[in-house]
Amino acid sequence: MNLKGNLMKSLPGLMLGLMFVLGLNVGILTPAHAEETAPDLLIKNVTSEVLDIVRKDKDIQSGNHRKAIDLVEAKVLPHFNFTHMTQLAVALNWKQASAAQQKVLVDEFRTLLVRTYSKALTEYKNQTIDFKPFKMQAGETDVKVRTQIEQSGAKPIGLDYYLEKLPQGWKVYDIEVAGVSLVINYRGEFTSEVRKGGIDGLIAALQAKNKSSEGAVAKKSSP
Amino acid sequence: MSNSVMKRILVLRILVLTCSALLLGGCASSGNPKDPIEGFNRAMYGFNEALDTAAIKPVAKGYDAILPSPIKSGVSNFFGNVDDVFIGVNNLLQGKGITAASDLGRFVVNSTVGIFGLFDFASKIGLEKHDEDFGQTFGRWGIGPGAYVVVPFFGPRNVRDTVGLALDVKADPVAHITKVRARNTLLVTRVISDRAQMLPADKVIEAAALDKYAYIRDGYLQRRRNLVYDGEPPREKENF
Repeated sequence: MNLKGNLMKSLPGLMLGLMFVLGLNVGILTPAHAEETAPDLLIKNVTSEVLDIVRKDKDIQSGNHRKAIDLVEAKVLPHFNFTHMTQLAVALNWKQASAAQQKVLVDEFRTLLVRTYSKALTEYKNQTIDFKPFKMQAGETDVKVRTQIEQSGAKPIGLDYYLEKLPQGWKVYDIEVAGVSLVINYRGEFTSEVRKGGIDGLIAALQAKNKSSEGAVAKKSSP
Repeated sequence: MSNSVMKRILVLRILVLTCSALLLGGCASSGNPKDPIEGFNRAMYGFNEALDTAAIKPVAKGYDAILPSPIKSGVSNFFGNVDDVFIGVNNLLQGKGITAASDLGRFVVNSTVGIFGLFDFASKIGLEKHDEDFGQTFGRWGIGPGAYVVVPFFGPRNVRDTVGLALDVKADPVAHITKVRARNTLLVTRVISDRAQMLPADKVIEAAALDKYAYIRDGYLQRRRNLVYDGEPPREKENF
């Protein structure tokens, strides 16, 4: 319809979704309680709490990336299963990687995702989250929790969390923003890196990316 | 020659160029089955990015910084309202009569109570906004997406959506306004308003992508698949 029309329709969603991914937070839940918390309630609690923090934090709102990263690392990280996320992104090549390579891949991918999510958090404006009705069969271990980002003057954006039940409680292993899986979205890139330089090539590419954004974070955060 | 004829010729040329590139395909392949003409696509992506950086993004930044939020919402709602008729037609073509009726209801409500579409009153009374276009209609009819293709000026598409795009442009009510000046003002405003809404996404994509081209490509392909299924696509999530 117009220049870059479809791209524009999809990307704001991606960005806004990333912001709210940060909504995940350990919050007041102790690990013992976390095990018993239903997945929808978990998402609800942590979303509300992180957004409350961001709404009050002028530094994060004005783009302090370092502070946003600290928030994510402290509050959001414990609720993600990064190994599963990395497996989904690396896909068929995962089995090619040695145990040591797999560990490095998970670490580097975690750093990349945290950087991205915290960047999105610094872009937060006044959006609110609407939690969709959630139903779960007894004994289910893999569920999807649906939420929606509401903002004035724009179509609401779907933000869905995939969670799996582990002995430590429910963990997020994928997030979909407007139907785009943030994890699956890396598959194409990862596959072509492996094709070019093997698993070590992919590791090198991730390390290079993280190193270059480390510079940007440091620069941005300095007064 | 009238402006609208020129615009049609331009769109036609772009599409012919794109189609010939598709036929020449294979030669620029890098092995991704979804992106057989990656060489051509990267070149077009570079062109679109350069155009954006030089002309569109700076204006969108100014627009975003200067105008207060209610005005920006009004502009975006206005174009959204114009779109609703087009969306309704596509829902009808997909056999979703009730959804189509709701889209037309949105248009009637927002054009009147919503003062020429400046306010999205329909959403407040439960008439949900939808997202449809001819590419999605073809998808609904069972036509596969085909290869990924970056169309000059218009950005990411697949073959199916490129054909859909030609019809979208033809059916665009704004492009049919006969007063040339008013029409051009509206076309430019719409591009800028859409671009401004995307500004925060730029930074996040920079942070996320190892290769920005591939990140946008894969996001586009996932998004379109999701839209064709109206948000409920069959699951494609294997474990490894």
